[in-house]
Amino acid sequence: MAFIDAVMQYSFLQKALLTSMMVGIICGVIGCFIILRGMALMGDAISHAVLPGVAISYMLGINFFFGAVFSGVITAVAIGFVSQNSRIKHDTSIGIMFTAAFASGIIIITMLKSSTDLYHILFGNVLAVRSSDMWITLAIGLIVLAAVYLFYKELLVTSFDETMGAAYGLPVRIIHYFLMTLLTMVTVASLQTVGIILVVAMLITPAASAYLLTDRLWLMIFLAAGIGVISSVVGLYFSFTYNLASGATIVMAATAIFALVFLLSPKHGLILKALKVKKRRASLV
Amino acid sequence: MKEPAISINDLHVSYYGNEAVKGVSLTVNRGCLVGIIGPNGAGKSTFLKAMLNLIPRDKGEVKVFGKTLKEVRKKIAYVPQRNNIDWDFPITVLDAVLIGTYPHLKLFRRPKKKEKEWAMECLQRVGMQDFSKRQIGELSGGQQQRVFLARALAQQADLFFLDEPFVGVDISSEETIINILKELCLQGKTVIVVHHDLSKASDYFHQLILLNKELISFGTVDEVFKQDVIEKAYKGQFAFINEMGVSV
Repeated sequence: MAFIDAVMQYSFLQKALLTSMMVGIICGVIGCFIILRGMALMGDAISHAVLPGVAISYMLGINFFFGAVFSGVITAVAIGFVSQNSRIKHDTSIGIMFTAAFASGIIIITMLKSSTDLYHILFGNVLAVRSSDMWITLAIGLIVLAAVYLFYKELLVTSFDETMGAAYGLPVRIIHYFLMTLLTMVTVASLQTVGIILVVAMLITPAASAYLLTDRLWLMIFLAAGIGVISSVVGLYFSFTYNLASGATIVMAATAIFALVFLLSPKHGLILKALKVKKRRASLV
Repeated sequence: MKEPAISINDLHVSYYGNEAVKGVSLTVNRGCLVGIIGPNGAGKSTFLKAMLNLIPRDKGEVKVFGKTLKEVRKKIAYVPQRNNIDWDFPITVLDAVLIGTYPHLKLFRRPKKKEKEWAMECLQRVGMQDFSKRQIGELSGGQQQRVFLARALAQQADLFFLDEPFVGVDISSEETIINILKELCLQGKTVIVVHHDLSKASDYFHQLILLNKELISFGTVDEVFKQDVIEKAYKGQFAFINEMGVSV
């Protein structure tokens, strides 16, 4: 296949492949916790909220990683503060805060007069990944995976039954912000690959597919990571072969997998469930 | 067995300035099975959560076995209301019970064979060992509650808090649960249960905490189940109590 030859030949494609596979893995892993905590909208919010941080980092000439984590975490705290201290519900608070952060980011970038950068940050351009970007992504990836591995117990308890965790003395608030920090880091790592706008799809769609395939959390995490990787590779193939935006093709690949799982999953799939119901009803006639 | 298990002094809780619990003080002794009863909206669950500092209190001090809550948290097991749990969560019955061993596992440590065997033993005690590999959402309400009791048992706690454990639970599960709670008390553990059904309260509990925002009465079942006391707590809902066949 031409794609494989090209991967062998071009180092930019190797970097793209490696980076997007890592993004597939970490988005899948963190995405599991995001969807199980009912925080899909929060994932969307935090990914948008890194924009002002990225913009300011460019302005100051520092690595955009620091600015992004900073503005992501600040937004997460602001969302929590508004919903806990008023009658405003959590999703409304999210809507207010992340659009505000996003808008301020757009203004800063426009003032910097570099609209090309804005386009790449919003939509990603994995084929333009530099070596330094790749290393950042790999480093973030390892940190995130190590964190999930080491704190798996705590993440499981607080996702499943937060009150029980608090009752036996877990710092649930700190764990929440810890997860938000991981989420921000994942978003930053994904900027080049899928871009801010579509990160949420990589967080949620593979994890949701995995959720329909298993009733065990650890297996769900591995499946989500695997589906993330497959989506990334397939997406990259279409992006390269047909010269399409990489973020869009990767997300469409993930969506296609979700559609298959939604219909065909052995336990929770639409078709098999319908067949079971039909069989059951037929046996009662 | 007159050793105090938990003593509460002047506990106040409010939501946005509306008082939910007003100045409750009481001491529950070790080995007691205590029911918290009161009309809807009396702040029963709020009181329970405030005792454990799961929601912020405005005022009040709680001592458990003479120590601060922070020092004894691992000795406390809490079973939440069933509707607070996501029953679609990808977790099996055994893994849910295994969570009960987490408080005693050090950071970064995973449950091993020993913990798994212990979790299985706890499942056996509630009669759910045959369901260990099921996803928790596939169980009936009573079975789910038994699994959560098994999780609390796995915690090897000295103090148990259960929030409405008998709601949506079949009779045989209810019997299993109450028998285990009674056993725990015989072993010197202390059990505090939020309960809404007055008719069975006298069979189930040694002592009752009758609450309607403030503490109306606290004592043995006979002391609390007096007409004037109940009337004071339930006010307008009194006809409803008579219908439930409570002799007061």
